[in-house]
Amino acid sequence: MIRIFSILVGLFFSAALLFSFGKGAYSYISEPPAATAVNVYHKEPKELALASDGPLGKFDMQQVQRGFQVYTEVCSNCHMLHQVAFRDLKAIGYNDDEVKAIAAKHKIPHYDPKTGEVKNDNGMPTDHFPPVVYGGQGTPPDLSLIAKAREGGPAYIYSVLTGYQDQPADLLAKFPDSKTPDGLHYNPYFANLNIAMPPPLTSDGQVSYKDGTKPTVDQMAQDVAAFLVWTAEPKLENRHQAGWAVLIFLIFATGLAYMAYQNVWAGKKH
Amino acid sequence: MSFPWAQHYKPSHPLMVYLDEKLPLPRFVYNAVGAGYPVPRNLNYAWNFGVLAGFCLLIQIVTGIVLAMHYASNAGIAFDSTEHIMRDVNYGWLLRYAHANGASAFFAVVYIHIFRGFFYGSYKPPREMIWLLGVVIFLLMMATAFMGYVLPWGQMSYWGAQVITGLFSAIPLIGGALHTWLLGGFAPGDAALNRFFSLHFLLPFVILGVVILHIWSLHIPGSSNPTGVEVKTESDTVPFHPYYTAKDGFGLGVFLILYCAVVFFAPNQFGHPDNYIPANPMQTPAHIVPEWYFWPFYAILRAFTQDFFIIPAKLMGVLAMFSAILVWFFLPWLDRSPVRSGHYRPLHRKFFWVLVIDVLALGYCGGAPAREPYVMISQVLAIYYFLHFLVILPIVSSLEKPEPLPFSITEAVLGKDDHAVLTA
Ligand code: HEC
Ligand code: HEM
Repeated sequence: MIRIFSILVGLFFSAALLFSFGKGAYSYISEPPAATAVNVYHKEPKELALASDGPLGKFDMQQVQRGFQVYTEVCSNCHMLHQVAFRDLKAIGYNDDEVKAIAAKHKIPHYDPKTGEVKNDNGMPTDHFPPVVYGGQGTPPDLSLIAKAREGGPAYIYSVLTGYQDQPADLLAKFPDSKTPDGLHYNPYFANLNIAMPPPLTSDGQVSYKDGTKPTVDQMAQDVAAFLVWTAEPKLENRHQAGWAVLIFLIFATGLAYMAYQNVWAGKKH
Repeated sequence: MSFPWAQHYKPSHPLMVYLDEKLPLPRFVYNAVGAGYPVPRNLNYAWNFGVLAGFCLLIQIVTGIVLAMHYASNAGIAFDSTEHIMRDVNYGWLLRYAHANGASAFFAVVYIHIFRGFFYGSYKPPREMIWLLGVVIFLLMMATAFMGYVLPWGQMSYWGAQVITGLFSAIPLIGGALHTWLLGGFAPGDAALNRFFSLHFLLPFVILGVVILHIWSLHIPGSSNPTGVEVKTESDTVPFHPYYTAKDGFGLGVFLILYCAVVFFAPNQFGHPDNYIPANPMQTPAHIVPEWYFWPFYAILRAFTQDFFIIPAKLMGVLAMFSAILVWFFLPWLDRSPVRSGHYRPLHRKFFWVLVIDVLALGYCGGAPAREPYVMISQVLAIYYFLHFLVILPIVSSLEKPEPLPFSITEAVLGKDDHAVLTA
């Protein structure tokens, strides 16, 4: 009885699925999905090797600091860094005085408990990077977590920053409706090919590095990507270090457990 | 209960004698997972996964309780409070990654545990109650995992909650009202987040309770085994301790190595990048997908693209998705073969492997964007899924001729040599 019922239910679901499948297959064959500019021209991120990659990865602090400089001089005009506190910068090699000086460059609303007033005064190390007002087209996302919030992470950021180009002529020939709208910029690494961010890194030497590294566009893009890996995952080094200690211990303990297991079962056929 | 030849607990230390009289906890442990519990001697590694599932539950409860000390279930600050855990709480990153990947590990382990049941016919009498409780656990796990994923209040949290609670609105007549009532509003918001947090804290303890029942009912018939032949004599068994404590200890070690490798070196591998974007009700993500362990069922949900007679496509999808799990409840009565183990069932064994591939492929399609050809592929795969459980399994036992079973576990292990049996 239950089996007859079950067979009927099974056939019911199968019939409904077959019906959906039939209709779907019919329209797939009669009107195959047309290619779009996005699925022809969108590109996967370029390769980018950073010191923080892989299970032994550590930050290259020089590079992270250079990236911070690029962020400060270029990106911070439009992008926030909400999750990061100034005091966190100590972890990338700034000392207390430098952190204080960096914080003081930002105006941050503080509540004065004595007067009850909220005053915009100099930032303190405990403050987070303040909101940024942006008046242009599009919405610049907060960059604190961007390296974890995009497929491809730092390689993606690097590719977007260095991927601006003119819209290919054959794209316009094939997809005349896909012309990049006014105010947007063609970038094959961006999901819909047209990004609102104006090319932020346009010329070599846009920032001047103190450590002698040549500030090419490519270099600046790599550096800021490395910095954004740090803002997204400031505990990466602790995680890698703890990971090795834990794994080595576990492999040792599991080896012992295996020997105990063999020992207990020795002579017992199973 | 146990087998008559089970060893008896004999406390020798005066303290243990005293305790045995007043609170016989050591006796209980001895009989449950100690030398007093005889277990088939031929269990393979597939039988490790129950203990591993229990360990996962423990990981989730311990890390979860500490996370809850730092988390704020307020829609305005929930996202920032998780980042606070990642950045400012001592070893907060470890807690959060251990918990998030602990959920993945838990599901991976439980899926293997369930498929072990499919292959070895573990759901058959006398173990049908263990199985039923298992399915209840699985449903509770899904609810818990879903609500937990909402808590960080990222884009996928928000939109996942939107989609899954939206399923209730497919129910005719009361759907809309039910949906609003469940959410405490028309869309996920503070009310929903708070109740999800409360329930997400509660449910693991409900699971713990059902796990206790699960193991209680397991201890009545005892574990099955790869031959599916029930225990007959003492030589079929070994005491749980030290034999299976040692084997489970080794299994736990291997599990922990894999789990920790993910937690420490690839902690975002199983997560979706969009959940690092704060929830934004005004911006729908390009693809809304749940966590990987829901993918097979998500594929079934999305496979119903056409209304079927008077039933709207969405309602069909919801019915099918829930039925895909609910059919497991009926397995003990749908599969009528007297033989348990797939080792001796030539047809059942083949269909089992087809099911494994089918579910893996469904999972792949469920994680892919909802476009062709993935939808068509999921439709074919979903048809097989339902046919497998509801049509094939009920009739396969009448079509197949089981291979000869060993007389006993001892015989299976030692061969048909009477002398060997006697001295084993
Ligand atoms: C003039 C303002 C401006 C500056 C300067 C700027 N950006 Fe942007 N950025 C934007 C806007 C606007 C968007 C949103 C683009 C969109 O959604 O189309 C954006 C988006 C992004 C994105 C996300 C792209 C995506 O996948 O959604 C990244 C990453 C990014 N910017 C990085 C940077 C970095 C790094 C810098 C500094 C080198 C920088 N931006 C400088 C305005 C700016
Ligand atoms: C929190 C999750 C779970 C825990 C902690 C758990 C724990 C256990 C343990 C410790 C065992 C004995 C060891 C073993 O056979 O592996 C067991 C057996 C069993 N479990 Fe589970 N289980 C869980 C979920 C499930 C689910 C979801 C199902 C099925 C839907 C299930 C079905 C079974 C069955 C049928 C057995 C008996 C197997 C046999 O003896 O052949 N369990 N469980």
